Amino acid sequence: MSLEALLVLAAALLAIGLYGALSQQSIVMLMMGLELMLNALIVAAGAFWYYVAPQRPDGQVLVLVVVTVMTIEMALGFAVQTAVFRSDEVELTDDATRLSG
Amino acid sequence: MTTVVFAVLAVLAVVSGYAVFRVDSMARATFALAISFVAVGGILLLLDLDYLGLVVVVMMVMEMAIMAVFMIMYMMNPAGLMPMSMWHDKARAMSIAVGTFVVLAAGALLVDWPERQGPPPADITRQVGEGIMGAKMLSMIGISAVILATIVGALVLGAARGRYDRLGDDLKTSPAADPIPGGVGR
Repeated sequence: MSLEALLVLAAALLAIGLYGALSQQSIVMLMMGLELMLNALIVAAGAFWYYVAPQRPDGQVLVLVVVTVMTIEMALGFAVQTAVFRSDEVELTDDATRLSG
Repeated sequence: MTTVVFAVLAVLAVVSGYAVFRVDSMARATFALAISFVAVGGILLLLDLDYLGLVVVVMMVMEMAIMAVFMIMYMMNPAGLMPMSMWHDKARAMSIAVGTFVVLAAGALLVDWPERQGPPPADITRQVGEGIMGAKMLSMIGISAVILATIVGALVLGAARGRYDRLGDDLKTSPAADPIPGGVGR
């Protein structure tokens, strides 16, 4: 286990999350891609804390912030999905075209 | 030993993360994502971050349980009974993702990272506790305001009809404009 190995793992998780966010049709699945990208941030922040500056709390606080961002993303994402579905009966990203053009 | 555990957890996190977007049911995808999060929590435990590792595991298991409810509400393919494609633009998405991974991994391996500054403190949980109650308090105060805004925003977006729909912009419409009138008809 080393800083490089952890950062490569974080890069892999971020790339998979990006793939999911770009390739999934369902809005809920798109949000799961975003969650996976934030998951990568947790790994990277923990790795930097342990291998670069374990004397300072910055890395640990960053992990807490990322965990909070995850919950906020979930809550507001589902609220937006509910609002969009209620007004337009849309559940796919391809059909959510209100703001296009 | 640590290396073996780390390798197992890392492979588990990546494989289950990829499975999220390959399985044909959104319920299975939720469980795959939960496994990926638990593996990342385990990696935090390997980094001596006992408190944060447990927080990640507990929070993400709960979050996936809540997610499963919404997943069922908006499921495209209930129980995997209807074979269908849930993807669009797969080839381009894959090439963008692989390109991102190559660039980030090259950066991780080629950059000359700084040396480690001192050993971890004796009590790591105390460090984060004193951090958020001391030098890093501003970030926690910011988070609390953002979470309050999130609660308000989610309620406003999620509510079908609010009091302004019922009572008008000046809140003075009487009787309230309800689709089904209340009262007992007297």
